Amino acid sequence: MALNESEMETMVYERPEALTNGITHYCPGCTHGTAHRLIAEVIDEMGLRDKTIGVASVGCSVFAYNYFDFDFVQAPHGRAPAMATGVKRVLPDRIVMTYQGDGDLASIGMAEIVHAAARGENISVFFLNNANYGMTGGQMAPTTLPGQKTTSSPNGRDVETQGYPIKVSELLSTLDGASYVVRRSLHDAKNIRLAKKAIRMAFETQVRGLGFSMVELLSICPTNWGMTPLNSLQWLEEKMVPYYPLGDYKVHPAVAEIKI
Amino acid sequence: MPPKGRIVVNEMYCKGCELCIASCPQEVLALANDHITAKGYHPATIIAEGCTGCAICSIVCPEAAITVYREKTGANRIPA
Repeated sequence: MALNESEMETMVYERPEALTNGITHYCPGCTHGTAHRLIAEVIDEMGLRDKTIGVASVGCSVFAYNYFDFDFVQAPHGRAPAMATGVKRVLPDRIVMTYQGDGDLASIGMAEIVHAAARGENISVFFLNNANYGMTGGQMAPTTLPGQKTTSSPNGRDVETQGYPIKVSELLSTLDGASYVVRRSLHDAKNIRLAKKAIRMAFETQVRGLGFSMVELLSICPTNWGMTPLNSLQWLEEKMVPYYPLGDYKVHPAVAEIKI
Repeated sequence: MPPKGRIVVNEMYCKGCELCIASCPQEVLALANDHITAKGYHPATIIAEGCTGCAICSIVCPEAAITVYREKTGANRIPA
């Protein structure tokens, strides 16, 4: 009996609908694309595309609004949590997310993210930590590892003069307003699956009105690190993961009860 | 018998980063060195039999360029 193609095989994976057909400007191998894809998959799975509003940051992810197929605004210079606060308070029935890098969130926008978390704003924050300023050419960021060479720390980050990296998840987890703060990594298939689960939990937290949620995602920056994408993933696993341990830093008991 | 699958790489999106190639448990992926995409990259492609449709390549793909199909077997097969 002849079978046609659709009866012979099932589609196991296809590009999520919440991504546009746009070709990203990200470098080959950049995990920004992976993070975009995971967020889009979760939004599709939860059926939130019609009521999600994203807030893009400044940095490589400034053009995120070209790649996500739902409503998006862009907030300059770390103000994404402040803009998201406004959007969420005016339109409380919408799902509001920000998508920020480490230069944006941990440096210029540090005040905004800390206060948004302290206020317990009912928004979801996705924080991509790649240990440097990607878009501007690989300068030292607050998250650059001690000894890490960047274009503005050519001899490696010297903690005596340049201080220590900021561990954002640990920092925000001390705030009572934060309900769900976790760190995940995007360096292999297993960790990408775990990251997707965390992104889902962040949205579930917001859907239930349980307050501020943030997922920190350790990422690579092959171009500015001066490595191939594969070597970058290895560097992330060997150097970044020990300094930025993966795990759940704050899970409010009400969030812990969510079953998905 | 392991399940049979296949992938379709959308060459509009693929940037030849090789992450899928390194993660493929069957080691049946490689860059197509005989042609380049519109953006100038050698795209990933299947070079040998043995794809099981496990979809790990699509999980690591930063560009969501890969569509994965798996052949239906036994009871999952609907006769025409």
